[in-house]
Amino acid sequence: MPTSRRPAKGLCYTAGRLFGTRFMTASRPSRQNLLVLCLAFVSGFIIMAIELLGGRILAPFFGSSIYVWGSIITVFMLSLSIGYLLGGRQSLHDPRLRRYGSFFLAAAVLLLPLILQGDALMEWMFLQVEDPRYGSLLASMLLFFLPTAVLGMIAPYSVRLLVADHQRSGHIAGLLYFISTLGSALGTLATSFYLVLWFEVNQILITMSLVLALTGLGAILFERGSPEPISGP
Amino acid sequence: MYLPSALRSLLLACRAAGKTGWPAAALAALLPVLLLLPASAGAQSGPVRTIHQEKSLYRNILVTEDNERRCMRFTLTELGGQNQSCRFLDDHDKLVFPYAKMVLTSLLVQDNPRRILIIGLGGGTLVHTYSRLFPTAEIVVAEIDEAVVKVAERYFDYRSTGQIKTVAEDGRLYIKRAGLRKETFDLVILDAFNGDYIPEHLMTAEFLQEVRALLPAEGMIVANTFSSSRLYHAESQTYASVFGSLFNIRMANTGNRIIVVSAAPLPDKTTLDQRAAAMGDRLRAFGVDIRGMTQYVKTTPDWDTKARILTDQYAPVNQLNN
Repeated sequence: MPTSRRPAKGLCYTAGRLFGTRFMTASRPSRQNLLVLCLAFVSGFIIMAIELLGGRILAPFFGSSIYVWGSIITVFMLSLSIGYLLGGRQSLHDPRLRRYGSFFLAAAVLLLPLILQGDALMEWMFLQVEDPRYGSLLASMLLFFLPTAVLGMIAPYSVRLLVADHQRSGHIAGLLYFISTLGSALGTLATSFYLVLWFEVNQILITMSLVLALTGLGAILFERGSPEPISGP
Repeated sequence: MYLPSALRSLLLACRAAGKTGWPAAALAALLPVLLLLPASAGAQSGPVRTIHQEKSLYRNILVTEDNERRCMRFTLTELGGQNQSCRFLDDHDKLVFPYAKMVLTSLLVQDNPRRILIIGLGGGTLVHTYSRLFPTAEIVVAEIDEAVVKVAERYFDYRSTGQIKTVAEDGRLYIKRAGLRKETFDLVILDAFNGDYIPEHLMTAEFLQEVRALLPAEGMIVANTFSSSRLYHAESQTYASVFGSLFNIRMANTGNRIIVVSAAPLPDKTTLDQRAAAMGDRLRAFGVDIRGMTQYVKTTPDWDTKARILTDQYAPVNQLNN
């Protein structure tokens, strides 16, 4: 790897070196791959941070009984599964970083209703539905489905951006799951142990939305700066 | 709290550690507990036997018994940790724990509650005491864990009756709906906090405002909470921010403290002493020397009044309690 192209990306760079050197140095330009891995890490981090905050967000209206966690997990699993499906389909046509970055921007925008109108939406749902099980399930759908589904689109699209050679597709998918799930683990830990101790729920969500917007813009600008055609197998 | 896959195992591990202690931690914690806290595991007489054990959706429930008392515990074993609720085998009226006596001290603020809401059942000690003291009062109990209700019925003679209604529901939900129904309660007792995991949505300023909306002109809230950790400051300041002034009842030899807040102004010390003198005999059957209790009632803040107030947006209750 020529040193002139070495990106100053600290953690992601090290992770890339440690776990992906072989495929990084294969045919694919490595800076873009590192960017994709970093962004996958960010999306993994944010998905679980939001899921964890979900319990906090719903508790004032729906309590902290087992139903509430059941609802949140159901909605996250459902929206991620649909996101995977859609992201995979999207990757069939002209996969490029610009589209990839737009997913992040969309997720950033879709978090806004939760931040700005979350309480009003939950109060409305609380008044409509007496049963705390379906109240929390429907409120979770309303608040979390869209942003999480869009975040789910990132994983399969990342695989498409990274895979240059179908022989290595499993290896690369494994690396990607590793990075994004590691992000999820850290997102869970950081949020539950520290972020809620320092910040308000909405401050954390606004920061997540800003980070998503900035990373999305970063991906879009990266493609403008160095248009690298994605050529797959 | 159940979460899937990676998160689930992580969170369950964290909660298991926070809730019940790792086995090693529990053992390590045992010795100091036995030596220092006569109110918990130390004051037992005779060997402690476990007579019932079950895992509910929320916790491990243990019923233990020695020669003197029967206790409900939310711990893994009969050793270490705290009892939730105990009663003497030979006298069901006499209160075992200082905290329950401290709760009764609130009767000096308002001595005739007609409708009582209790959040958190445990072994039903407080329900028993209040229904004995006020046989015609209507008591509603909101307990999130149905298994706790069943164990209380089987081992602590707890019964729902015409006067006592039990609802298996999250306390905050019950209070929100009761507010919509325009119900009022003269006395709301918050007893949903065990030392290991505290439901944070039952500690925030918004929650206290919802409870306050249930209080008639003379209504009051009595909360059984903790006297140690950083949470003490944040919680005290949160109550003060919503109610202005509060009674803070603290005693030596117990990790509990009782907060009393009222919709009406709180009485002064002289009034408390007069009422205690008048009520003394009535509470003696419960093992409470009410005249001796007024000295523990404090009104001046002994907490950090700059502590950050707990809100629905900011409630790191369990993190502060570590």
